[in-house]
Amino acid sequence: MTLAEKILARHAGLASVKAGQIVMAKVDLAFGTDVTTALSVEVFHRMGAEKVFDTHKLALVNDHFVPAKDVQAAALSKAMREFAQEQGITNYFEVGRSGICHSLLPDKGLVFPGDLIVGADSHTCTYGALGAFATGIGSTDLACAWALGELWFRVPESIKVVVEGRFGPNVGAKDLILKLINILTVDGALYQALEFTGSSIRNMSMDGRITVCNMAIEAGAKTGLIAPDETTWDFIRGVNPARLISNPASLDLDSDPDAVYSQVVHIDLDSLTPLVAEPYLPSNVRPIKEVTGIKVDQVVIGSCTNGRLEDFQVAAAIMQDRPVHPGVRLLLIPATPQILIALIESGLAARFVKAGATLSPPTCGPCIGGHMGVLAKGEVGLFTTNRNFRGRNGHPESKVYLSGPQVAAATAVKGVIADPNEI
Amino acid sequence: MPYEVLRGSVFRYGDSVDTDVIIPARYCTSFHAAELAPHCLEDLDPTFVKRVSAGDIIVAGYNFGCGSSRENAPIAIKGAGVACVIARSFARIFYRNSINIGLPILSAPEAVDGLNEGDIVEVEPGTGAIRNITRGGVWTADAFPAEIQSIIRAGGLVEYVQKRLASR
Ligand code: SF4
Repeated sequence: MTLAEKILARHAGLASVKAGQIVMAKVDLAFGTDVTTALSVEVFHRMGAEKVFDTHKLALVNDHFVPAKDVQAAALSKAMREFAQEQGITNYFEVGRSGICHSLLPDKGLVFPGDLIVGADSHTCTYGALGAFATGIGSTDLACAWALGELWFRVPESIKVVVEGRFGPNVGAKDLILKLINILTVDGALYQALEFTGSSIRNMSMDGRITVCNMAIEAGAKTGLIAPDETTWDFIRGVNPARLISNPASLDLDSDPDAVYSQVVHIDLDSLTPLVAEPYLPSNVRPIKEVTGIKVDQVVIGSCTNGRLEDFQVAAAIMQDRPVHPGVRLLLIPATPQILIALIESGLAARFVKAGATLSPPTCGPCIGGHMGVLAKGEVGLFTTNRNFRGRNGHPESKVYLSGPQVAAATAVKGVIADPNEI
Repeated sequence: MPYEVLRGSVFRYGDSVDTDVIIPARYCTSFHAAELAPHCLEDLDPTFVKRVSAGDIIVAGYNFGCGSSRENAPIAIKGAGVACVIARSFARIFYRNSINIGLPILSAPEAVDGLNEGDIVEVEPGTGAIRNITRGGVWTADAFPAEIQSIIRAGGLVEYVQKRLASR
Protein backbone atom coordinates (compact mmCIF):
# COMPACT_ATOMS: atom_id res chain seq x y z
CA MET A 1 0.00 0.00 0.00
CA THR A 2 1.01 3.63 -0.38
CA LEU A 3 1.29 5.85 2.65
CA ALA A 4 -2.09 7.39 1.79
CA GLU A 5 -3.71 3.95 1.57
CA LYS A 6 -2.15 2.85 4.88
CA ILE A 7 -3.48 5.83 6.80
CA LEU A 8 -6.97 5.52 5.33
CA ALA A 9 -7.06 1.75 5.91
CA ARG A 10 -6.13 2.17 9.56
CA HIS A 11 -8.81 4.81 10.11
CA ALA A 12 -11.42 2.75 8.28
CA GLY A 13 -10.62 -0.28 10.44
CA LEU A 14 -9.59 -2.32 7.39
CA ALA A 15 -6.51 -4.44 6.84
CA SER A 16 -6.00 -2.94 3.42
CA VAL A 17 -7.64 -0.59 0.96
CA LYS A 18 -7.05 0.18 -2.71
CA ALA A 19 -7.13 3.39 -4.68
CA GLY A 20 -10.64 4.08 -5.94
CA GLN A 21 -12.36 2.37 -3.01
CA ILE A 22 -14.76 4.44 -0.92
CA VAL A 23 -14.43 4.04 2.85
CA MET A 24 -15.95 5.47 6.00
CA ALA A 25 -13.03 6.52 8.17
CA LYS A 26 -12.65 8.00 11.64
CA VAL A 27 -11.03 11.40 11.87
CA ASP A 28 -8.48 12.57 14.43
CA LEU A 29 -9.09 16.28 13.93
CA ALA A 30 -11.95 18.16 12.24
CA PHE A 31 -11.42 21.90 12.17
CA GLY A 32 -13.00 25.02 10.80
CA THR A 33 -12.14 28.69 10.44
CA ASP A 34 -14.07 31.91 10.92
CA VAL A 35 -15.21 31.80 7.26
CA THR A 36 -16.47 28.22 7.21
CA THR A 37 -17.52 27.36 10.78
CA ALA A 38 -20.70 29.41 11.14
CA LEU A 39 -22.32 27.48 8.29
CA SER A 40 -21.13 24.18 9.81
CA VAL A 41 -22.74 25.13 13.10
CA GLU A 42 -26.04 25.80 11.35
CA VAL A 43 -25.86 22.52 9.47
CA PHE A 44 -24.82 20.63 12.64
CA HIS A 45 -27.99 21.78 14.35
CA ARG A 46 -30.08 21.11 11.25
CA MET A 47 -28.75 17.53 11.30
CA GLY A 48 -30.29 17.19 14.73
CA ALA A 49 -26.88 16.68 16.31
CA GLU A 50 -26.42 17.86 19.87
CA LYS A 51 -22.88 17.03 20.92
CA VAL A 52 -19.71 16.92 18.88
CA PHE A 53 -18.06 13.49 18.75
CA ASP A 54 -15.04 14.57 20.84
CA THR A 55 -14.48 18.04 22.30
CA HIS A 56 -10.69 17.62 21.97
CA LYS A 57 -10.75 16.62 18.31
CA LEU A 58 -12.14 19.85 16.94
CA ALA A 59 -10.18 23.02 16.38
CA LEU A 60 -11.81 26.37 15.68
CA VAL A 61 -9.46 28.98 14.31
CA ASN A 62 -9.91 32.72 13.83
CA ASP A 63 -7.74 33.53 10.81
CA HIS A 64 -9.41 34.66 7.59
CA PHE A 65 -11.24 37.91 8.33
CA VAL A 66 -9.73 38.71 11.74
CA PRO A 67 -9.40 40.98 13.60
CA ALA A 68 -12.99 41.29 12.35
CA LYS A 69 -12.93 43.31 9.13
CA ASP A 70 -16.58 44.33 9.28
CA VAL A 71 -19.85 43.65 11.07
CA GLN A 72 -20.65 40.51 9.11
CA ALA A 73 -17.19 39.07 9.72
CA ALA A 74 -17.59 39.83 13.41
CA ALA A 75 -20.84 37.85 13.39
CA LEU A 76 -19.10 34.86 11.80
CA SER A 77 -16.44 34.82 14.54
CA LYS A 78 -19.12 35.30 17.17
CA ALA A 79 -21.05 32.26 15.96
CA MET A 80 -17.84 30.20 16.14
CA ARG A 81 -16.99 31.54 19.61
CA GLU A 82 -20.47 30.71 20.95
CA PHE A 83 -20.35 27.21 19.49
CA ALA A 84 -16.95 26.64 21.12
CA GLN A 85 -18.39 27.68 24.47
CA GLU A 86 -21.60 25.71 24.08
CA GLN A 87 -19.73 22.51 23.16
CA GLY A 88 -16.71 23.01 25.44
CA ILE A 89 -14.23 22.87 22.54
CA THR A 90 -10.73 22.86 24.02
CA ASN A 91 -8.93 24.00 20.87
CA TYR A 92 -10.68 27.30 20.23
CA PHE A 93 -8.22 29.97 19.10
CA GLU A 94 -9.06 33.59 19.76
CA VAL A 95 -7.48 36.64 18.11
CA GLY A 96 -4.14 37.32 19.76
CA ARG A 97 -3.63 33.62 20.37
CA SER A 98 -4.66 32.55 16.91
CA GLY A 99 -2.90 32.40 13.59
CA ILE A 100 -3.35 31.00 10.11
CA CYS A 101 -4.72 27.52 10.78
CA HIS A 102 -2.19 25.63 8.65
CA SER A 103 0.71 27.13 10.56
CA LEU A 104 -0.97 27.26 13.95
CA LEU A 105 -2.29 23.71 14.28
CA PRO A 106 1.04 21.94 13.60
CA ASP A 107 2.79 24.32 16.02
CA LYS A 108 0.13 23.63 18.67
CA GLY A 109 0.90 19.92 18.46
CA LEU A 110 -2.50 19.09 16.98
CA VAL A 111 -1.07 17.29 13.95
CA PHE A 112 0.60 13.91 14.39
CA PRO A 113 2.14 11.59 11.80
CA GLY A 114 -0.41 9.06 10.58
CA ASP A 115 -3.40 11.13 11.68
CA LEU A 116 -6.46 11.57 9.47
CA ILE A 117 -7.37 15.25 9.46
CA VAL A 118 -10.18 17.14 7.76
CA GLY A 119 -10.63 20.87 7.72
CA ALA A 120 -13.07 23.24 6.10
CA ASP A 121 -10.27 24.93 4.25
CA SER A 122 -8.75 23.80 0.99
CA HIS A 123 -5.13 24.05 2.15
CA THR A 124 -5.67 21.43 4.84
CA CYS A 125 -3.39 19.30 2.65
CA THR A 126 -0.52 21.20 4.33
CA TYR A 127 -0.38 18.75 7.25
CA GLY A 128 1.02 16.07 4.98
CA ALA A 129 4.31 17.82 5.74
CA LEU A 130 4.13 15.97 9.08
CA GLY A 131 3.01 12.69 7.56
CA ALA A 132 -0.70 13.13 8.29
CA PHE A 133 -3.37 12.41 5.68
CA ALA A 134 -5.14 15.74 5.63
CA THR A 135 -7.66 17.10 3.19
CA GLY A 136 -9.99 20.02 2.72
CA ILE A 137 -13.76 19.67 2.89
CA GLY A 138 -16.76 21.99 2.90
CA SER A 139 -18.88 23.13 5.81
CA THR A 140 -21.56 20.44 5.47
CA ASP A 141 -18.95 17.67 5.46
CA LEU A 142 -17.37 19.27 8.51
CA ALA A 143 -20.69 19.25 10.36
CA CYS A 144 -21.04 15.57 9.47
CA ALA A 145 -17.56 14.83 10.83
CA TRP A 146 -18.43 16.68 14.06
CA ALA A 147 -21.65 14.70 14.45
CA LEU A 148 -20.36 11.23 13.55
CA GLY A 149 -16.61 11.43 14.05
CA GLU A 150 -16.22 9.93 10.61
CA LEU A 151 -16.63 10.78 6.96
CA TRP A 152 -16.55 9.06 3.58
CA PHE A 153 -13.34 9.18 1.59
CA ARG A 154 -12.41 7.93 -1.82
CA VAL A 155 -8.98 6.32 -1.43
CA PRO A 156 -6.80 8.32 -3.81
CA GLU A 157 -4.27 7.11 -6.31
CA SER A 158 -0.82 8.46 -5.47
CA ILE A 159 1.64 10.30 -7.67
CA LYS A 160 5.21 9.83 -6.49
CA VAL A 161 7.31 12.97 -6.71
CA VAL A 162 11.01 12.21 -6.39
CA VAL A 163 13.09 15.27 -5.62
CA GLU A 164 16.86 15.09 -5.89
CA GLY A 165 19.68 17.63 -6.04
CA ARG A 166 20.37 20.82 -4.15
CA PHE A 167 18.74 24.23 -4.23
CA GLY A 168 20.89 26.87 -5.94
CA PRO A 169 21.32 30.30 -4.35
CA ASN A 170 18.01 32.01 -3.62
CA VAL A 171 15.96 29.06 -4.81
CA GLY A 172 13.70 27.36 -2.27
CA ALA A 173 10.72 25.17 -1.46
CA LYS A 174 8.24 27.52 -3.18
CA ASP A 175 10.14 27.26 -6.45
CA LEU A 176 10.04 23.48 -6.19
CA ILE A 177 6.27 23.34 -5.74
CA LEU A 178 5.65 25.96 -8.45
CA LYS A 179 7.74 23.82 -10.80
CA LEU A 180 5.67 20.76 -9.97
CA ILE A 181 2.37 22.59 -10.51
CA ASN A 182 3.71 23.81 -13.83
CA ILE A 183 4.50 20.20 -14.81
CA LEU A 184 1.22 18.71 -13.58
CA THR A 185 -1.02 21.73 -14.40
CA VAL A 186 -3.86 22.80 -12.11
CA ASP A 187 -5.75 19.53 -12.41
CA GLY A 188 -2.96 17.05 -13.10
CA ALA A 189 -3.30 15.51 -9.66
CA LEU A 190 -7.10 15.74 -9.40
CA TYR A 191 -8.51 13.36 -6.73
CA GLN A 192 -4.97 11.99 -6.16
CA ALA A 193 -2.36 12.22 -3.41
CA LEU A 194 1.08 13.65 -4.06
CA GLU A 195 3.76 11.73 -2.19
CA PHE A 196 7.05 13.61 -1.96
CA THR A 197 10.21 11.57 -1.59
CA GLY A 198 13.89 11.75 -2.45
CA SER A 199 17.04 13.00 -0.77
CA SER A 200 16.13 16.67 -1.18
CA ILE A 201 12.86 16.20 0.69
CA ARG A 202 14.75 14.38 3.44
CA ASN A 203 17.13 17.35 3.72
CA MET A 204 14.34 19.92 3.77
CA SER A 205 13.30 21.79 6.93
CA MET A 206 9.77 21.50 8.30
CA ASP A 207 9.04 25.07 7.15
CA GLY A 208 10.05 24.09 3.61
CA ARG A 209 7.96 20.92 3.73
CA ILE A 210 4.96 22.94 4.84
CA THR A 211 5.36 25.20 1.79
CA VAL A 212 5.55 22.19 -0.52
CA CYS A 213 2.57 20.25 0.85
CA ASN A 214 0.49 23.43 1.19
CA MET A 215 0.24 23.86 -2.57
CA ALA A 216 -0.60 20.23 -3.43
CA ILE A 217 -4.18 21.36 -3.99
CA GLU A 218 -3.03 23.82 -6.63
CA ALA A 219 -2.42 20.75 -8.80
CA GLY A 220 -5.88 19.48 -7.83
CA ALA A 221 -4.50 17.00 -5.29
CA LYS A 222 -6.47 15.72 -2.34
CA THR A 223 -3.41 15.81 -0.14
CA GLY A 224 0.38 16.10 -0.21
CA LEU A 225 2.33 13.66 1.91
CA ILE A 226 5.84 13.27 3.24
CA ALA A 227 6.62 10.09 5.20
CA PRO A 228 7.83 11.04 8.69
CA ASP A 229 11.56 11.01 9.39
CA GLU A 230 13.93 12.49 11.98
CA THR A 231 12.99 16.05 10.98
CA THR A 232 9.33 15.21 11.64
CA TRP A 233 9.97 13.54 14.99
CA ASP A 234 12.23 16.44 16.07
CA PHE A 235 9.38 18.80 15.26
CA ILE A 236 6.90 16.66 17.24
CA ARG A 237 9.36 16.53 20.14
CA GLY A 238 9.20 20.31 20.23
CA VAL A 239 5.44 20.77 19.96
CA ASN A 240 3.85 17.66 21.44
CA PRO A 241 6.30 15.63 23.52
CA ALA A 242 3.39 14.00 25.35
CA ARG A 243 2.23 12.20 22.21
CA LEU A 244 5.71 11.16 21.14
CA ILE A 245 6.12 7.42 20.93
CA SER A 246 9.22 5.41 21.58
CA ASN A 247 9.06 3.35 18.41
CA PRO A 248 7.90 5.46 15.44
CA ALA A 249 8.61 2.58 13.06
CA SER A 250 5.70 0.69 14.63
CA LEU A 251 3.34 3.22 13.06
CA ASP A 252 4.31 1.83 9.64
CA LEU A 253 4.20 5.14 7.79
CA ASP A 254 6.28 4.30 4.75
CA SER A 255 4.88 3.25 1.42
CA ASP A 256 5.54 -0.42 0.70
CA PRO A 257 8.15 -1.29 -1.94
CA ASP A 258 5.36 -2.73 -4.12
CA ALA A 259 3.01 0.24 -3.64
CA VAL A 260 1.22 1.22 -6.86
CA TYR A 261 1.60 4.78 -8.20
CA SER A 262 -0.36 6.32 -11.05
CA GLN A 263 2.68 8.31 -12.10
CA VAL A 264 6.25 9.08 -11.02
CA VAL A 265 7.60 12.61 -11.50
CA HIS A 266 11.30 13.42 -11.06
CA ILE A 267 12.45 16.91 -10.18
CA ASP A 268 16.09 17.90 -10.16
CA LEU A 269 16.76 20.90 -7.94
CA ASP A 270 20.18 21.57 -9.47
CA SER A 271 18.58 23.00 -12.60
CA LEU A 272 15.92 25.05 -10.78
CA THR A 273 16.00 28.87 -10.86
CA PRO A 274 13.73 31.26 -8.95
CA LEU A 275 10.23 31.01 -10.42
CA VAL A 276 7.17 33.22 -10.64
CA ALA A 277 3.56 32.27 -11.47
CA GLU A 278 1.85 34.84 -13.68
CA PRO A 279 -1.83 35.78 -13.38
CA TYR A 280 -4.34 34.15 -13.30
CA LEU A 281 -3.23 30.58 -12.53
CA PRO A 282 -0.60 29.15 -10.19
CA SER A 283 0.50 26.88 -13.05
CA ASN A 284 1.48 29.84 -15.31
CA VAL A 285 5.03 29.50 -14.12
CA ARG A 286 7.97 31.37 -15.70
CA PRO A 287 11.66 31.51 -14.84
CA ILE A 288 12.43 34.78 -13.09
CA LYS A 289 14.47 35.94 -16.11
CA GLU A 290 11.30 36.15 -18.22
CA VAL A 291 9.35 38.39 -15.86
CA THR A 292 11.89 40.79 -14.38
CA GLY A 293 11.09 44.46 -14.77
CA ILE A 294 7.32 44.29 -14.29
CA LYS A 295 6.27 47.18 -12.05
CA VAL A 296 4.67 46.15 -8.79
CA ASP A 297 2.48 48.16 -6.40
CA GLN A 298 2.38 45.79 -3.45
CA VAL A 299 4.47 42.90 -2.16
CA VAL A 300 3.03 40.52 0.44
CA ILE A 301 5.14 38.06 2.40
CA GLY A 302 2.86 35.83 4.42
CA SER A 303 0.02 33.26 4.18
CA CYS A 304 -0.07 29.58 5.01
CA THR A 305 2.40 29.00 2.19
CA ASN A 306 5.25 31.35 3.14
CA GLY A 307 4.44 33.06 6.42
CA ARG A 308 6.80 31.10 8.65
CA LEU A 309 9.92 32.29 10.43
CA GLU A 310 12.27 30.88 7.83
CA ASP A 311 10.48 32.87 5.12
CA PHE A 312 11.06 36.17 6.93
CA GLN A 313 14.66 35.28 7.67
CA VAL A 314 15.24 34.57 3.98
CA ALA A 315 13.60 37.89 3.03
CA ALA A 316 15.66 39.83 5.57
CA ALA A 317 18.87 38.28 4.30
CA ILE A 318 18.09 39.47 0.78
CA MET A 319 16.90 42.96 1.75
CA GLN A 320 19.93 43.58 3.99
CA ASP A 321 18.25 46.67 5.42
CA ARG A 322 17.89 48.30 2.01
CA PRO A 323 14.79 50.48 1.92
CA VAL A 324 11.54 49.33 0.39
CA HIS A 325 11.19 50.95 -3.04
CA PRO A 326 9.14 54.18 -2.81
CA GLY A 327 6.56 52.84 -5.27
CA VAL A 328 5.95 49.65 -3.31
CA ARG A 329 3.94 48.74 -0.23
CA LEU A 330 5.60 45.80 1.52
CA LEU A 331 3.25 43.91 3.84
CA LEU A 332 4.64 41.28 6.19
CA ILE A 333 2.18 38.90 7.78
CA PRO A 334 3.60 36.37 10.22
CA ALA A 335 1.36 33.33 10.26
CA THR A 336 1.18 32.87 14.03
CA PRO A 337 1.75 34.83 17.25
CA GLN A 338 4.86 32.70 17.90
CA ILE A 339 6.36 33.81 14.60
CA LEU A 340 5.42 37.42 15.35
CA ILE A 341 7.17 37.13 18.72
CA ALA A 342 10.24 35.64 17.07
CA LEU A 343 10.31 38.55 14.61
CA ILE A 344 10.09 41.04 17.46
CA GLU A 345 12.61 39.34 19.74
CA SER A 346 15.17 38.78 17.00
CA GLY A 347 15.00 42.43 16.01
CA LEU A 348 13.87 41.51 12.49
CA ALA A 349 10.54 43.27 12.97
CA ALA A 350 12.23 46.61 13.70
CA ARG A 351 14.58 46.22 10.76
CA PHE A 352 11.73 45.52 8.34
CA VAL A 353 9.66 48.44 9.61
CA LYS A 354 12.65 50.80 9.48
CA ALA A 355 13.13 49.73 5.87
CA GLY A 356 9.58 50.90 5.15
CA ALA A 357 7.61 47.68 5.42
CA THR A 358 4.51 47.28 7.54
CA LEU A 359 3.83 44.40 9.88
CA SER A 360 0.36 42.91 10.23
CA PRO A 361 -1.04 40.71 12.97
CA PRO A 362 -1.43 37.06 11.96
CA THR A 363 -4.29 36.83 9.45
CA CYS A 364 -5.09 35.55 5.98
CA GLY A 365 -5.95 39.14 5.00
CA PRO A 366 -4.83 39.99 1.46
CA CYS A 367 -4.25 36.33 0.51
CA ILE A 368 -8.01 35.99 0.17
CA GLY A 369 -8.65 39.63 -0.73
CA GLY A 370 -10.40 40.05 2.59
CA HIS A 371 -8.67 43.02 4.18
CA MET A 372 -5.23 44.31 5.21
CA GLY A 373 -4.04 45.04 1.69
CA VAL A 374 -6.69 44.49 -0.99
CA LEU A 375 -5.65 45.54 -4.52
CA ALA A 376 -7.35 48.33 -6.50
CA LYS A 377 -8.34 48.14 -10.17
CA GLY A 378 -5.26 47.81 -12.35
CA GLU A 379 -2.83 47.29 -9.48
CA VAL A 380 -0.14 44.64 -9.59
CA GLY A 381 0.95 42.55 -6.63
CA LEU A 382 3.68 40.04 -6.02
CA PHE A 383 2.61 37.72 -3.23
CA THR A 384 4.17 34.69 -1.56
CA THR A 385 0.65 33.22 -1.31
CA ASN A 386 -0.67 30.23 -3.23
CA ARG A 387 -3.38 31.41 -5.63
CA ASN A 388 -3.58 34.22 -8.15
CA PHE A 389 -7.04 33.65 -9.60
CA ARG A 390 -8.82 36.63 -11.10
CA GLY A 391 -10.24 38.84 -8.38
CA ARG A 392 -8.92 36.72 -5.51
CA ASN A 393 -6.78 39.47 -4.05
CA GLY A 394 -8.91 42.47 -4.87
CA HIS A 395 -10.42 44.07 -7.97
CA PRO A 396 -10.99 41.62 -10.85
CA GLU A 397 -8.66 43.75 -12.96
CA SER A 398 -5.82 43.60 -10.47
CA LYS A 399 -3.06 41.08 -11.06
CA VAL A 400 -1.01 38.94 -8.72
CA TYR A 401 2.25 37.17 -9.41
CA LEU A 402 3.24 34.36 -7.03
CA SER A 403 6.76 33.68 -5.84
CA GLY A 404 8.85 32.60 -2.89
CA PRO A 405 10.15 35.05 -0.26
CA GLN A 406 13.43 35.49 -2.16
CA VAL A 407 11.87 37.05 -5.26
CA ALA A 408 9.42 38.95 -3.05
CA ALA A 409 12.22 40.59 -1.04
CA ALA A 410 14.17 41.50 -4.17
CA THR A 411 11.02 42.93 -5.76
CA ALA A 412 10.18 45.01 -2.70
CA VAL A 413 13.59 46.65 -2.90
CA LYS A 414 13.60 47.17 -6.68
CA GLY A 415 9.98 48.20 -7.25
CA VAL A 416 9.81 45.80 -10.19
CA ILE A 417 9.85 42.01 -10.28
CA ALA A 418 13.52 41.28 -9.65
CA ASP A 419 15.89 38.33 -9.57
CA PRO A 420 17.17 37.89 -6.01
CA ASN A 421 20.52 36.85 -7.45
CA GLU A 422 20.93 40.16 -9.26
CA ILE A 423 20.19 42.89 -6.80
CA MET B 1 -30.74 15.25 -5.63
CA PRO B 2 -33.95 15.35 -7.68
CA TYR B 3 -34.63 12.57 -10.16
CA GLU B 4 -36.97 14.57 -12.38
CA VAL B 5 -35.96 15.79 -15.83
CA LEU B 6 -34.25 19.18 -15.86
CA ARG B 7 -34.55 21.44 -18.89
CA GLY B 8 -32.84 24.75 -19.47
CA SER B 9 -30.54 26.73 -21.65
CA VAL B 10 -26.78 26.43 -21.61
CA PHE B 11 -24.33 28.94 -20.16
CA ARG B 12 -20.91 27.86 -21.36
CA TYR B 13 -17.57 28.58 -19.69
CA GLY B 14 -14.00 27.32 -20.01
CA ASP B 15 -11.57 25.31 -17.88
CA SER B 16 -10.70 25.82 -14.21
CA VAL B 17 -13.60 28.09 -13.30
CA ASP B 18 -12.42 28.72 -9.75
CA THR B 19 -14.36 29.39 -6.57
CA ASP B 20 -12.97 32.93 -6.40
CA VAL B 21 -14.80 33.86 -9.61
CA ILE B 22 -17.85 31.78 -8.72
CA ILE B 23 -18.24 33.80 -5.53
CA PRO B 24 -15.47 36.22 -4.52
CA ALA B 25 -14.33 36.17 -0.89
CA ARG B 26 -15.59 39.73 -0.45
CA TYR B 27 -19.13 38.29 -0.37
CA CYS B 28 -18.25 35.27 1.78
CA THR B 29 -19.10 36.95 5.03
CA SER B 30 -22.54 35.49 4.26
CA PHE B 31 -23.51 31.92 3.48
CA HIS B 32 -27.12 32.65 2.56
CA ALA B 33 -28.17 31.90 -1.01
CA ALA B 34 -30.22 35.10 -1.30
CA GLU B 35 -27.17 37.24 -0.50
CA LEU B 36 -24.67 35.22 -2.53
CA ALA B 37 -26.66 34.56 -5.70
CA PRO B 38 -26.67 38.18 -7.01
CA HIS B 39 -22.83 38.00 -7.18
CA CYS B 40 -22.53 34.56 -8.70
CA LEU B 41 -19.77 34.49 -11.37
CA GLU B 42 -19.60 38.30 -11.43
CA ASP B 43 -15.81 38.47 -11.86
CA LEU B 44 -15.93 36.05 -14.80
CA ASP B 45 -19.17 37.09 -16.50
CA PRO B 46 -20.85 40.18 -15.04
CA THR B 47 -23.91 39.58 -17.24
CA PHE B 48 -24.55 36.04 -15.99
CA VAL B 49 -26.86 36.89 -13.13
CA LYS B 50 -28.92 39.23 -15.34
CA ARG B 51 -29.31 36.62 -18.08
CA VAL B 52 -29.81 33.40 -16.14
CA SER B 53 -33.31 32.04 -15.51
CA ALA B 54 -34.40 29.38 -13.09
CA GLY B 55 -33.61 25.94 -14.48
CA ASP B 56 -30.69 26.97 -16.70
CA ILE B 57 -27.60 24.82 -16.89
CA ILE B 58 -23.90 25.66 -16.67
CA VAL B 59 -21.59 23.74 -19.00
CA ALA B 60 -17.84 24.03 -18.47
CA GLY B 61 -14.47 22.45 -19.09
CA TYR B 62 -12.02 20.71 -16.80
CA ASN B 63 -11.57 21.29 -13.06
CA PHE B 64 -14.78 23.25 -12.44
CA GLY B 65 -14.87 24.72 -8.92
CA CYS B 66 -11.15 24.56 -8.23
CA GLY B 67 -9.68 26.54 -5.36
CA SER B 68 -11.24 27.20 -2.03
CA SER B 69 -13.38 24.88 0.10
CA ARG B 70 -16.09 27.54 0.35
CA GLU B 71 -19.50 25.94 0.19
CA ASN B 72 -20.69 29.43 -0.68
CA ALA B 73 -19.76 28.54 -4.29
CA PRO B 74 -22.33 25.81 -5.01
CA ILE B 75 -24.79 27.68 -2.77
CA ALA B 76 -24.42 30.78 -4.98
CA ILE B 77 -24.86 28.74 -8.17
CA LYS B 78 -27.94 26.97 -6.85
CA GLY B 79 -29.26 30.23 -5.48
CA ALA B 80 -28.92 31.85 -8.90
CA GLY B 81 -31.42 29.30 -10.17
CA VAL B 82 -28.98 27.00 -11.95
CA ALA B 83 -30.47 23.51 -12.07
CA CYS B 84 -27.33 21.58 -12.85
CA VAL B 85 -23.65 21.90 -13.79
CA ILE B 86 -22.17 19.70 -16.51
CA ALA B 87 -18.37 19.77 -16.79
CA ARG B 88 -15.49 17.74 -18.16
CA SER B 89 -14.31 17.33 -14.56
CA PHE B 90 -14.85 18.88 -11.13
CA ALA B 91 -12.42 19.89 -8.40
CA ARG B 92 -12.90 17.49 -5.52
CA ILE B 93 -14.07 19.75 -2.71
CA PHE B 94 -16.57 21.44 -5.03
CA TYR B 95 -17.77 17.98 -6.08
CA ARG B 96 -18.41 16.94 -2.47
CA ASN B 97 -19.98 20.26 -1.53
CA SER B 98 -22.39 20.13 -4.47
CA ILE B 99 -23.58 16.64 -3.60
CA ASN B 100 -23.93 17.65 0.03
CA ILE B 101 -26.11 20.68 -0.67
CA GLY B 102 -28.10 19.01 -3.46
CA LEU B 103 -26.78 20.79 -6.54
CA PRO B 104 -26.80 18.21 -9.35
CA ILE B 105 -23.40 17.99 -11.05
CA LEU B 106 -22.53 15.72 -13.92
CA SER B 107 -19.13 14.91 -15.26
CA ALA B 108 -19.54 14.23 -18.99
CA PRO B 109 -16.60 15.24 -21.22
CA GLU B 110 -18.27 14.30 -24.53
CA ALA B 111 -21.48 16.12 -23.71
CA VAL B 112 -19.45 19.27 -23.12
CA ASP B 113 -18.18 19.04 -26.72
CA GLY B 114 -21.74 18.89 -28.01
CA LEU B 115 -23.36 21.69 -26.02
CA ASN B 116 -23.12 25.32 -27.13
CA GLU B 117 -24.06 28.54 -25.39
CA GLY B 118 -27.82 29.00 -25.56
CA ASP B 119 -28.68 25.42 -26.55
CA ILE B 120 -31.64 23.91 -24.78
CA VAL B 121 -30.55 20.81 -22.90
CA GLU B 122 -32.43 18.13 -20.99
CA VAL B 123 -30.80 16.32 -18.10
CA GLU B 124 -31.88 13.38 -15.96
CA PRO B 125 -29.62 13.49 -12.92
CA GLY B 126 -30.83 10.05 -11.81
CA THR B 127 -29.64 8.24 -14.92
CA GLY B 128 -27.04 10.73 -16.09
CA ALA B 129 -28.81 11.15 -19.45
CA ILE B 130 -28.07 14.43 -21.25
CA ARG B 131 -29.89 15.47 -24.43
CA ASN B 132 -29.26 18.48 -26.64
CA ILE B 133 -32.77 19.48 -27.71
CA THR B 134 -31.60 22.30 -30.01
CA ARG B 135 -29.03 20.41 -32.11
CA GLY B 136 -29.53 16.79 -31.19
CA GLY B 137 -27.07 14.56 -29.43
CA VAL B 138 -27.45 12.24 -26.46
CA TRP B 139 -24.82 11.43 -23.86
CA THR B 140 -24.58 9.68 -20.51
CA ALA B 141 -22.64 11.20 -17.65
CA ASP B 142 -20.24 9.19 -15.48
CA ALA B 143 -22.23 7.33 -12.82
CA PHE B 144 -21.87 8.19 -9.13
CA PRO B 145 -20.27 5.48 -6.98
CA ALA B 146 -22.84 3.42 -5.01
CA GLU B 147 -21.84 4.94 -1.66
CA ILE B 148 -22.45 8.44 -2.97
CA GLN B 149 -25.75 7.40 -4.51
CA SER B 150 -26.88 6.36 -1.04
CA ILE B 151 -26.19 9.88 0.22
CA ILE B 152 -28.01 11.33 -2.77
CA ARG B 153 -30.94 8.94 -2.23
CA ALA B 154 -31.14 9.91 1.45
CA GLY B 155 -31.74 13.47 0.15
CA GLY B 156 -28.27 14.85 0.85
CA LEU B 157 -25.72 14.61 3.61
CA VAL B 158 -27.85 16.37 6.24
CA GLU B 159 -30.61 13.80 5.85
CA TYR B 160 -28.05 10.98 5.74
CA VAL B 161 -26.55 12.04 9.08
CA GLN B 162 -30.02 12.57 10.58
CA LYS B 163 -30.83 8.95 9.77
CA ARG B 164 -27.54 7.71 11.20
CA LEU B 165 -28.04 9.70 14.42
CA ALA B 166 -31.63 8.49 14.77
CA SER B 167 -30.57 4.86 14.46
CA ARG B 168 -28.07 5.12 17.32
S1 SF4 C 1 -3.49 32.19 4.09
FE1 SF4 C 1 -4.66 32.26 2.21
S2 SF4 C 1 -4.63 30.21 1.37
FE2 SF4 C 1 -3.94 30.08 3.51
S3 SF4 C 1 -5.78 29.58 4.68
FE3 SF4 C 1 -5.60 31.80 4.64
S4 SF4 C 1 -6.80 32.46 2.84
FE4 SF4 C 1 -6.44 30.28 2.65
